[in-house]
Amino acid sequence: MTTLATTAPDAGPPRRQRSLRKIVNRLLWYTAAVILALFIVFPIFLIFISAISTRDAIFAYPKTLIPSEVTFDNIEFFINAGGVVDAFWRSVIVGIITVIVALGIGTPAGYAIARYGFRGRSGYRLIILATRAFPIVILSIPMALTFQLIGIADSIWAVAIAHTALALPFAILITGSVFVSIPRELEEAAQTLGCSPWRAFIRIALPLALPGLAAAAIFTWVLSWNDVFAAAVLTLRNPTLPAHILKGLTASPLFFQFAAGFILIVPSLIVIFVIRKYLLGLWGRVVK
Amino acid sequence: MSQIRLERIVKSFKEVRAVDDVELTIHDGEFMVLLGPSGCGKTTLLRSVAGLEEIDAGRVWIGGRNVTDLPPRQRKIAMVFQSYAVFPHMTVFDNIAFGLQMQKLPKDQVARRVGSSAELLHIEDLLGRYPSQVSGGQRQRIAVARAVAMEPEVLLMDEPLSNLDALLRIEMRAELKRLLSEIGSTTIYVTHDQVEAMSMGDRIAVMRAGKILQLGDPLSIYQKPVERFVGGFIGNPPMNFVTATLARVATDGGLHARIEGAGSLSVAAEHAGMLAGYAGKVVTLGIRAENIDVERGEGIAEGQLRGRVLVVEPLGSHDLLTVRTGSEQIKVATRPDIEVRTDDEIGMRFQQERISWLDPETERTIGL
Repeated sequence: MTTLATTAPDAGPPRRQRSLRKIVNRLLWYTAAVILALFIVFPIFLIFISAISTRDAIFAYPKTLIPSEVTFDNIEFFINAGGVVDAFWRSVIVGIITVIVALGIGTPAGYAIARYGFRGRSGYRLIILATRAFPIVILSIPMALTFQLIGIADSIWAVAIAHTALALPFAILITGSVFVSIPRELEEAAQTLGCSPWRAFIRIALPLALPGLAAAAIFTWVLSWNDVFAAAVLTLRNPTLPAHILKGLTASPLFFQFAAGFILIVPSLIVIFVIRKYLLGLWGRVVK
Repeated sequence: MSQIRLERIVKSFKEVRAVDDVELTIHDGEFMVLLGPSGCGKTTLLRSVAGLEEIDAGRVWIGGRNVTDLPPRQRKIAMVFQSYAVFPHMTVFDNIAFGLQMQKLPKDQVARRVGSSAELLHIEDLLGRYPSQVSGGQRQRIAVARAVAMEPEVLLMDEPLSNLDALLRIEMRAELKRLLSEIGSTTIYVTHDQVEAMSMGDRIAVMRAGKILQLGDPLSIYQKPVERFVGGFIGNPPMNFVTATLARVATDGGLHARIEGAGSLSVAAEHAGMLAGYAGKVVTLGIRAENIDVERGEGIAEGQLRGRVLVVEPLGSHDLLTVRTGSEQIKVATRPDIEVRTDDEIGMRFQQERISWLDPETERTIGL
C-alpha cells in the first residue's frame, strides 16, 4: 500500500502526473473514510464525554469537545443503581449463550446448505429467510406463552432462545456463504490423505471458515446485546441491560442516560475488537 | 500387488449416465491414462476409484481388496486434484506432512519423508512458505509431493497439468513421467490432452459418453483407431476421413477404392479379405496426414490421387498442407524440402497399409 506513491527520482513529467493523480485519488478515499468514520464515532464520542462530564456540564451550551472536568460519578451512580450490575451480567450471559447456540446450530446448517444437494434445499433456504419476515412483536407473545408453559419464563434462557431465533437465519446464511467459498476439493483431498469427513471438516473447512464465523459471531453478539424489545417482553424481574434501562428511561435524568449509553456501547466494542483480530488475521491468506 | 480392477461401474447424475458400465483392469505399476473430451465421465470414473463418488453399481478392486464400500482414507490411494487442493492455511511442509501426520507417524519419519518427496519435486526451499506465497507451478509440485509422500500403492491424478501454462506443462510432463516410473505406483491419470496421453501413458483408455471406446497402448490407438471419434480425437492434426467407393477391378480381381474427383487407389492385400463384403459399397477411408506422400512430377501418375493445395503451413519440422480432393479437404504433412505452393495441383499416394477402413453407418473401423 505504502509503495504506491513512490516515484523514481529521474522520472519525467508524465510519471509525476500519474503519481499526483494517485495522491489526489488517495486523498479523496481517505477523506471519505474519515467522514464515514466520524459519522459513526462522533455520537459515541459525545456519549462518552457526556458520561464523564459533571452533571452541570451536560446541560452546558455550547458543548466543549474536551470536558473541563472529568468525573466518574455518573458512571458510578449508574452502576450502583438498583439491578444494573445484575442486568449487565445477564446481558453478557445471554449474548454468550446466543452466540454459542446460534453458531452451534448455524454452522452445520450453513455447511449443509453449502455442500449437500438435498431435496428441498432452495425451499429450505427460503424458509430460513422467511422467519425474518415475522416481526419480533408478533413472535414474542406466543414465545412468552410457550416459555411460561415450559417453565423458563422471565429467565435468561427465554431471552437467549428468542435471540437465537432472531440471529439464526443470518448465522446460517453467513456461514453458508463462507463454506461455499471454500473449495470442496480441499476437504476431498484431506479425505484421500486419511481424514474422515468429520475430521476433514475440523482440520480444513473450519479453520478456513474461521474469519467468516467470527463475522457471524460479531453480528450475533451485537444483535443480542442491542435487543430491547424481545428482552423487555420476555422478562419482568430478570431483565437484560437494555430492557432494564428502557424501564427507567423516561424517568431517569439525562446524566444517567448518558452513563447507561456508555456502558451499553463498551462491551460491543470490546467484542468487536477481540474478534476483529481473527477477521483480519485470517482474511490475509484465504483461499484463492 | 496393487492391481486395480473396475467391474461394471455405473454412476449416474440425475438422468445422465456419467459412467456407463465400465470394465477396466489396470496392472500393477502401470500408467493408465483416461482420455476423452470434457463430460465423457473420465473424472467421475477416477473419483469412483478414489471413493469420492458413490457408485450406483459395480465393484472396485484395489490390490485384491474389494474397496467398493470403503471411504477414501481406507483405500491406500493418493490423489492429485486439478485445482491442486493445496491447503491454504498450512505451510508447504504441513501440506506435504498432512497425510503422514494423519497416519500418526513419528515426527522424525514425517520430516524425512516430507524432505525426500520435496526433494523429488525440487521444492525443498519452499517448505516454510504458505501456498499463497508460491507460484502456480510450485503449488502443483506441492500437490504432487503431498501425494508422493504417502508412498501410495495407487496414485490418481485428475488433469494435474491443465492449469499450467504451455511451457511449464511440457516440462512437468516429462518430470512427472520420470517421477512416476521412479516411485512405481499404479497410476490412473485423467486428461483431455491427447499429447499428454500419448507421451505419458503405458496404455490409454479413450472415453466418450461414459464408455470406454478403445483401450490400448498409445501407438496402436494412434494408428488403429476403432472408431472415427478416436481417430479424430487423437493426433494433431486429426485423422483425415474421406468417402470412397469400393469396387472390384475386372483385370486382376483386386479391390480398388474410388474417391470422387480425386482418382482411385488399390486396397492393400492384407485389407482385401475383411473388405470383401464391402465391394460395390461406400466406405469411409481414414488416413493420417503423415501417411500421405506427396509426389511432384509431370501430370498425375497411375495410382495417385489428385488434389489442389489450399493452404501451406510451414511448421519447421514439416509443412502442413490443406488439400482439396474432390469435394473434401484433407491435411497432408510433407517434408519441407518438397516445394509446394498454394493452388498447386499435386499428386498424392496414400500408404496403403496405414489406411483405416470404416463403415460409414456405424463409423467403426472394419476388421477391428
